[in-house]
Amino acid sequence: MKIAVCAKVVPEQARRIDPETKRLDRSGEPTLNPFDTNAVEEALRLKGDGADAEVVLVSLGPERALDALRKALAMGADRVVLVSDEAAAGSDLVASSYALARALEREQSELVLFGQQANDSDGAVMWAAVADRLRRPLISQVAELTVSDGAVRGKRQTEFGYDVIEAPLPAVVAVSDAINEPRYPSLKGIMGAKKKPQETVSLGELGVEPERAGESGSRTEVYAVGGPPPRGETQRIEDDGSGAEKIVEFLLGRKAL
Amino acid sequence: VNTLVFLEHHEGELQKDSLGVLGKAAQLGGDASALIAGSGVEDLAAQAGRFGATKVYVADDPALEAPLPQPRVDVLGELIQKEGFGTVLFAATVLTADVAAALSARLDAGLNWDLVDLAQEDGKLVGKRPALDDTVYVDVGWKSEPRLALIRTGTFEPVETGGEADVEKVDVQLEDFSTVATMIEQAHEESEGPSIEDADVIVAGGRGLGGPENFALVEELAKALGGAVAATRAVVDAGWYPYSTQVGQTGKTVSPRLYIAVGISGAIQHKVGMQASNVIVAINKDPNAPIFEYADLGVVGDLHEIVPKLTELVRQRRAA
Repeated sequence: MKIAVCAKVVPEQARRIDPETKRLDRSGEPTLNPFDTNAVEEALRLKGDGADAEVVLVSLGPERALDALRKALAMGADRVVLVSDEAAAGSDLVASSYALARALEREQSELVLFGQQANDSDGAVMWAAVADRLRRPLISQVAELTVSDGAVRGKRQTEFGYDVIEAPLPAVVAVSDAINEPRYPSLKGIMGAKKKPQETVSLGELGVEPERAGESGSRTEVYAVGGPPPRGETQRIEDDGSGAEKIVEFLLGRKAL
Repeated sequence: VNTLVFLEHHEGELQKDSLGVLGKAAQLGGDASALIAGSGVEDLAAQAGRFGATKVYVADDPALEAPLPQPRVDVLGELIQKEGFGTVLFAATVLTADVAAALSARLDAGLNWDLVDLAQEDGKLVGKRPALDDTVYVDVGWKSEPRLALIRTGTFEPVETGGEADVEKVDVQLEDFSTVATMIEQAHEESEGPSIEDADVIVAGGRGLGGPENFALVEELAKALGGAVAATRAVVDAGWYPYSTQVGQTGKTVSPRLYIAVGISGAIQHKVGMQASNVIVAINKDPNAPIFEYADLGVVGDLHEIVPKLTELVRQRRAA
């Protein structure tokens, strides 16, 4: 079985939005989106010892994202395809999902996995857009996943309890971060990762028309970045052994006890 | 500008957040219409009229029985193209996030998510979105129609206008790939014991507790305070505590007088379920935990040290 894992490289500490471009400041150390490591882990679990199984990482981002994507190779993924193109900068959901779908069409995997959300944009929407573009069934928020007899079955949590949903392969599945504990790459894995295939493709190679990429392919925009939302005063203290007493004092002061 | 609101329903009830968004849509100017999609849902249309819809589209089909996203995308896609709505709004849930995102791809329509407000400014629609763990507000917009938006849980309260809506049945035509995912089982748990939604004081435990056995610390403190015990999604999914106690995006939304978060990092999914609490106290060993950004009092330290002491102090005070 071939499994594609869609992964995003995010700045380790995204603490500001550039007032000029109104885009997220991505100058921080690039790292594999932590939620995507759950998807990588699940792909590796499904692959098991299967010699004919393959786990391929598919990502959209600048070329320097490759370094961070290698973490997934070190965990055990087989190769990386990075869609990298200056024309893709500033892509919103419409433009990104289009480019990602074109890259996934090229891979023709039986299963496409996503993590629960991107921890830079808090977006939790990409999988459904990609599934629609690929015209494949979708199961999201999956906390337990099984694959058998050409079908995928996922148990997931909703506002009302648990659902169990089944879909035939090929399918798109987004996993929750409760599904597993991602492994840490071993030293051997880290050493071996550099030798694994890492391909960079341009939008042109995927047949993505320039007008469908980047800002011209996007349908949303940012007008302004404002200050923090109004919030009462917060205070933080270090526990020096008197933390419990200080909580009681605080609660008495707020008449909350 | 005509707005369409997708109304989610569960066990014969339109959901409160959906109705809240409908009320907001009615205030934006223009007509606010609603779509109800399901099986045997015609009776819900009148309810939508009472909460501000001037027109209610009803897609009633056995294929829409299970709350799965893809058939709903087909219905919405057709309806929006036929009626030409300028704006389509969703109250964010597990179901609607998938519906809105897939619809964005289907129509190449812009989607802004996690909005906490919407306003007409200089003739254009502007959405307010908190970002970077809610440390900034971003004004977002759309470059073309239809404009799609997901509104954060608990943002708008429903407004009962007592109106009456025209009801129109919608033709349901589904794509092949939209109907192959099937609902095998729905286990919708009933809550047991005192409901956390009604509790005056809540003590909530997260993954920082280290293991299910340590929930005893949380239970003892809740007992001393006369409050209820809640849990985060992470520990519920891990099987440490029952689903009925879960606070957050996919759990319950609570607003007690006092909320004490023990070993909870406080990701946005949790925050939306408890941010309306009157006083929030957090105990966590990680000084960078997001919960410290919005806790009225945050204590950085070992919960195993602090919580038993706190329980004892509260007991003494209550006994006195």
